[in-house]
Amino acid sequence: MKHMFSRSMLVVSLAAAGFAFLQGCKPKGAQSAVGGDAAAKVYVAPGKYDEFYNFVSGGFSGQMSVYGLPSGRLFRVIPVFSVDPEKGWGYSEETKPMLNTSNGFVPWDDLHHIALSVTDGAHDGRWAFGNANNTPRIARIDLKTFRTAEIIEIPNSAGNHSSPFITENSEYVVAGTRFSVPIGDNQDVPINTYKQNFKGTVSFIGVDKTSGKMNIAFQILTPGINFDLARAGKGKSNGWFFFSCYNSEKANTLLEVNASQKDKDFIMAVNWKKAEEYAKAGKGVKKTVKYAHNTYDESTHTATSAIENEVLVLDPKDCPDMVYFMPCPKSPHGCDTDPTGEYIVGSGKLAAVIPVFSFTKIQTAIAAKTYDGEYDGIPVLKYDAVLHGEVQKPGLGPLHTEFDGKGFAYTSFFVSSEIVKWNIQELKVVDRVPTYYSIGHLCVPGGPTKKPWGKYVIAYNKITKDRYLPTGPELTQSAQLYSIDGDKMKLLLDFPTIGEPHYAEAIPAELIMKNSQKIFKIEENKNPYAAIGDNNAKVERKGNEVHVYMTSIRSHFTPDNIEGVKLGDVVYFHVTNLEQDWDVPHGFAVKGANNAELLIMPGETQTLKWVPEKVGVFPMYCTDFCSALHQEMQGYIRVSPAGSNVPLTFSTGKTEPAPAAQQ
Amino acid sequence: MKKIFNLSIIALSLFIGSCNNDKQNTEQTTAADATTTAGGQEAVKDDESAKDVVKIAVGSKDHTTLVAALKQAELVTALSNAGPFTVFAPTNAAFDKLPAGTVEGLMKEDKKADLQNILQYHVAVAVYKTENMKDGQVIGQANGDNITLSVKDGKVLVNGTANIVASIPASNGIIHVIDAVLLPPAKK
Repeated sequence: MKHMFSRSMLVVSLAAAGFAFLQGCKPKGAQSAVGGDAAAKVYVAPGKYDEFYNFVSGGFSGQMSVYGLPSGRLFRVIPVFSVDPEKGWGYSEETKPMLNTSNGFVPWDDLHHIALSVTDGAHDGRWAFGNANNTPRIARIDLKTFRTAEIIEIPNSAGNHSSPFITENSEYVVAGTRFSVPIGDNQDVPINTYKQNFKGTVSFIGVDKTSGKMNIAFQILTPGINFDLARAGKGKSNGWFFFSCYNSEKANTLLEVNASQKDKDFIMAVNWKKAEEYAKAGKGVKKTVKYAHNTYDESTHTATSAIENEVLVLDPKDCPDMVYFMPCPKSPHGCDTDPTGEYIVGSGKLAAVIPVFSFTKIQTAIAAKTYDGEYDGIPVLKYDAVLHGEVQKPGLGPLHTEFDGKGFAYTSFFVSSEIVKWNIQELKVVDRVPTYYSIGHLCVPGGPTKKPWGKYVIAYNKITKDRYLPTGPELTQSAQLYSIDGDKMKLLLDFPTIGEPHYAEAIPAELIMKNSQKIFKIEENKNPYAAIGDNNAKVERKGNEVHVYMTSIRSHFTPDNIEGVKLGDVVYFHVTNLEQDWDVPHGFAVKGANNAELLIMPGETQTLKWVPEKVGVFPMYCTDFCSALHQEMQGYIRVSPAGSNVPLTFSTGKTEPAPAAQQ
Repeated sequence: MKKIFNLSIIALSLFIGSCNNDKQNTEQTTAADATTTAGGQEAVKDDESAKDVVKIAVGSKDHTTLVAALKQAELVTALSNAGPFTVFAPTNAAFDKLPAGTVEGLMKEDKKADLQNILQYHVAVAVYKTENMKDGQVIGQANGDNITLSVKDGKVLVNGTANIVASIPASNGIIHVIDAVLLPPAKK
């Protein structure tokens, strides 16, 4: 007994000693990974601005979020592919068409990657593009308004993962299909006829230089493999695009095993300038296929959805020297070109090396036809002939690579939860830092461009167990900010993110903030339902539709008393915000609406559809605290039974007593 | 403020640095240089929005006395807020009608409370347009006292003394230009 007692005492004291040691000094622990100056480096004092905007994909939230760096403060969530009741996105009549597709209205998607517009390979601060991974689409966000301006659906595609990467002068954003699918007239085929019937495509979406307006310039038909990620060439490799591909086994089931059979899959190199020539020369075939193209018009404050019927398809069989495959170890994921355009870094998820390809060698190999056979009729370049070299044993599970413009690359490693810094020329690892935990993408400001801004690398992590206060089974996902201006990477800050962050880009604030729009000019409001001025407010009946042309200005609606609506009517509240003052939106909501609120920017008109289900008097009010008398900004709409003879009337500020008959 | 910040950084670095003796990294650089405007909302740089009541008054050559008084009374920030405000704005000529020395007296530092009281008597929190004004209407002003309107032949007279000679909509309310200064009722 005594013996046992002393043994347990010993255990206790050992444990205590260990605890004291851990508490006193945690040399390798997560907390002490933060340097003493970290707080000063990320502290942006009240009244000061962040240095960078960080545009972060929202993953399964379908949205794009905007953070400041280095503070990690969230500024805005831009609704893109998912409805957002907070902003009325997808709920107002004006925005519903933005989410239209060839499958009808789709209220959700999965936004994975960001591409900021570039001129001569450097950020120009005009647009951000995002991809919809589930129902293939690309969105363009206008960085003057931070709103989604355009969404184009990608036909002949399924799982638009390899998207929306961008060429050096924003000529094209691309959309490579993740899933190969049956394409053409007969799509009702057995799944196990994958090898015969399934095809892939990569689409090149043209971007108008001035307006940013997108159109599908051409699609390239490919073997039935899976496209994962992509990067445009730049500088010397401008004119080329590189797509990572997996499942060269063409498996259609249990890809976890069946798509990991081969030692090497591919990076597909596309000479897009050549493809452009073929398209112009009529080498493509126009295929009939339906896809939606949605644009938001800032003068009418209204989106329209057009269904397009045709897409130009280029088949590599008819277009020689346009497409090549380069073997790349083990299911490559990231496929990133360095700032000089010479090096293309493949990241095989299951590979023990990082292969780095040389654009110069690729050109030499193509010229000399140094092939290693063909894959579905497309030349496969010899691995050794195009390889600059391999980074040996860099870590486990390489995913993505960004660059600092100083000759270094930063690769994320999911399995070993770290960022590894390596010298591109010498292929030598020079530094590594842990991430907490399970990093996916990473971002250096300007990292994918010809002119990286450097300074930081941000990790976007998939798992945050124990990093934040627990919130039940699901924890926040997170970003981690590291400084890279010294020889060693230093962890500075954790900050939580919305949805699941995949790729992100960061851009100096001054490239965007100077263009940020403050109001919409009311005199330029061309919404057909706008009421420009209180005097133009009115209520009109058209059959069973009641159109309320309503104005809002601090601190009242006109009209704010409406009668004569009957059950069976469909009421449209067209609310024009007459304010011409920055940061003064008005909201609008009506009790019982099976809908969301409207959030109407200064000078804008937005419409809420309301189908009353009950007889009674329904309050409506401004939802966005606009002024000292915000709480007074309210009104009533009366709903009478079907067949009632209550006349249609409306007013604001009318205080005379009602006639006895109507009391 | 900065001092407190510096102290907290030092405290933090002492705490974290206690293990690795790495105390040299106590630079107090803040990461960002670009700064928002100091001061209240009146200092926000914005050439796109419509002008608020303060900016309109500042732009009027007939209201230099009022603007100087608003500054002295430290009401510029409040009137640059979202409001909404109805400002009864006496012209320079209206101030000139006051007994000699009145304005100068009110502009003295020790009379700031009196000046604030008078100026707040010229402001209502709400938008009162002339077309909605009714004869005999009483409006509570920001200083807590009331004004009374009389409307005759479409002309509005405030407290029986000041005519509304013009009305100017502003981004955060409305300005009614008046030809006499409104004097708050004597305290009982």
